[in-house]
Amino acid sequence: MSLQNRSEKNKLILGLIIEVTLVILGVFLSVSTGSKNIPLKDIAGFFMGTTDDAFWAAVISARIPRTVFGLLAGASLSVSGALMQSITRNPIADPGILGVNMGASLAVVIGMAFFHISSGIKLIGLSFVGALLTAAFVYGIASVGYKGASSIKLALAGAAVSTALGALVNTIMLPDSQVMKEFRFWQVGSIGGAGWEDVKLLLPFFGVAFIASLCLASPLNALSLGDEMAVSLGVKVTRTKLLAALCGVLLCASVTALAGPIGFVGLMLPHIIRQLFGNDLRIILPMSAIGGAGLLTYSDILGRILGRPGELEVGIITAILGAPVFIWIVWKTKAKSI
Amino acid sequence: MTLVNTEQKIKRIYALEKRRTFICVGLFVVIALALGVVLMCLGNTNYTPAQVLDILIHGGSKAAVYAVRTIRLPKLLIGAISGFSFGVSGYTFQSLLKNPLASPDIIGVTAGSSAAAVFCILILGISGPVSSVFAVAAGLLVTGLILLISGRGKAFGGRMILIGIGFQALLNALISWMLLVGSEYDVGTALRWLRGSLNMVRMSDVPVTFAVSVIACTLLFICNKNLRIMQLGDEYATALGVPIGLTRVCCLVCGLILSATSTAVTGPIASVAFLSGPIAGRLLKGGKGTMALSGLVGVILVYGAEIVSKNLFTTNYPVGVVTGLLGAPYLLFLLFNINKKGDKI
Repeated sequence: MSLQNRSEKNKLILGLIIEVTLVILGVFLSVSTGSKNIPLKDIAGFFMGTTDDAFWAAVISARIPRTVFGLLAGASLSVSGALMQSITRNPIADPGILGVNMGASLAVVIGMAFFHISSGIKLIGLSFVGALLTAAFVYGIASVGYKGASSIKLALAGAAVSTALGALVNTIMLPDSQVMKEFRFWQVGSIGGAGWEDVKLLLPFFGVAFIASLCLASPLNALSLGDEMAVSLGVKVTRTKLLAALCGVLLCASVTALAGPIGFVGLMLPHIIRQLFGNDLRIILPMSAIGGAGLLTYSDILGRILGRPGELEVGIITAILGAPVFIWIVWKTKAKSI
Repeated sequence: MTLVNTEQKIKRIYALEKRRTFICVGLFVVIALALGVVLMCLGNTNYTPAQVLDILIHGGSKAAVYAVRTIRLPKLLIGAISGFSFGVSGYTFQSLLKNPLASPDIIGVTAGSSAAAVFCILILGISGPVSSVFAVAAGLLVTGLILLISGRGKAFGGRMILIGIGFQALLNALISWMLLVGSEYDVGTALRWLRGSLNMVRMSDVPVTFAVSVIACTLLFICNKNLRIMQLGDEYATALGVPIGLTRVCCLVCGLILSATSTAVTGPIASVAFLSGPIAGRLLKGGKGTMALSGLVGVILVYGAEIVSKNLFTTNYPVGVVTGLLGAPYLLFLLFNINKKGDKI
């Protein structure tokens, strides 16, 4: 027993070290890659304060906030996905698949077009409301009827709601060329325009929701044994589920408000982490956060390399990477649980 | 005595159903024709039906000929063909997968055709029949892949739906990528390929689309009987002598060719395939004529949305944006209705 425990622990520490190394490497690469590549030597020089090249320094300091924002956004999306999967007891739950991102988009477009809101904090509020309503709606459609919210029903309800809301978004966006200009690239999901302002906005939301979800990890673990079992273990089922759902939606809504809908990060990372380290949310949540930060950073770098001389929005890259993972998850799921 | 009674009862039910089908189909044909006339008459310049007829047959001023023959006539024809195709293929997929939400535009089948068409037009710079062929081939390929991955066995339908949604997401991302990279990027083109539009159809698209659609529709109508028996479940269908595998393949391929051919011309007109089947099914209570009626509902949806978008709004919305809007109330309806009945999705 103790031997097994120790090997589990070693595995965990090893995983953590690998993840952190990859993330740090990603940060350096993200600062150095772009339409103009900067040698790593100069970046090191910049951080040590020994560089004297003003041009490099300007480019580097423009890329840093974007990188930091990418880290935060990736972590938020990943934790959000892990929470949603835990609440719905369903491996395919993801803010993109469930249509929650589209709900947030719709709310943001309404804000931009009708109320001329452009301040970040108000957009986050709006997007939170939109995302929450959509999440409730999709879950509602999916869980009526017998067998409750199965994978198929969740995914179909999410896809159908996405189509309908997407049409609404277009209806509002098309007549207003100003909104369209702001919104066109936002719609694909991009962290290219992020600055320190956005980082400052996102950080408190991430902090609060992440800490709250860590506190919820134990009761959520108990919930995964089934509602009756959780009650007998002294867990308040409804309250736990509701709080976790709020955290999950808040995390993805705040990222969506600032960067646009970025799908599949919340699907990929928690799944890989579960495969490697088991089902304990106390481990899954922090590991997913670090991994998600890395994943989004690398996706962003990939977008900048593939899209030269411009760049590809990170939302496109995550979808291209994530959809095959989704298909793979469905493929190996047993017939019974679909 | 009772046997005769029962026989009469059944006969009466059949007669009733026949009459119902006849009335519904007739009514919908009339509505579709009326909307078609409105579509031809209204626009930037309004003409009377007599004028339109005159321009079609004898010609007229240059502006009038351009408006009626070059702009509105292809819209009328392609609108009818694609509306009918989307309706019928939607019904086919929904019946085959036994799920009212599983239409080709939701489960990624049309996205394959869209992606291929965008690739041909924006990256390779070819359009017309060649791009249609590519679109159909890509649609078949994607569906083949979806089927291959979902495999056989119990969860055939369910797995296919989920994997289809995955492919949908992947292909839409690829379309966005091509639209951003392609030089012609503008919102109009983007929306055409993501939601569907009749704004860029030409007369030269009509013959091929029409011929293919007629063949595929005919085959589907032949399969219709078996498809309806399969609604009872695979066991019953086998017992009643229905070749399940053959019917399934035939329906899938024909339904796919229908939606892919139209998608190559108009883009995936959102929600038409998704809505037509359930509307028709509700009107006829799942009777024999449901497949044909789905097609007619599709035509009416496309015509109606086109007329609304051209005349009621100041912005020229692509038709797919308007039809897409109809999806939201339908989902709400589905939510409340199913909740009441305790039915399964």
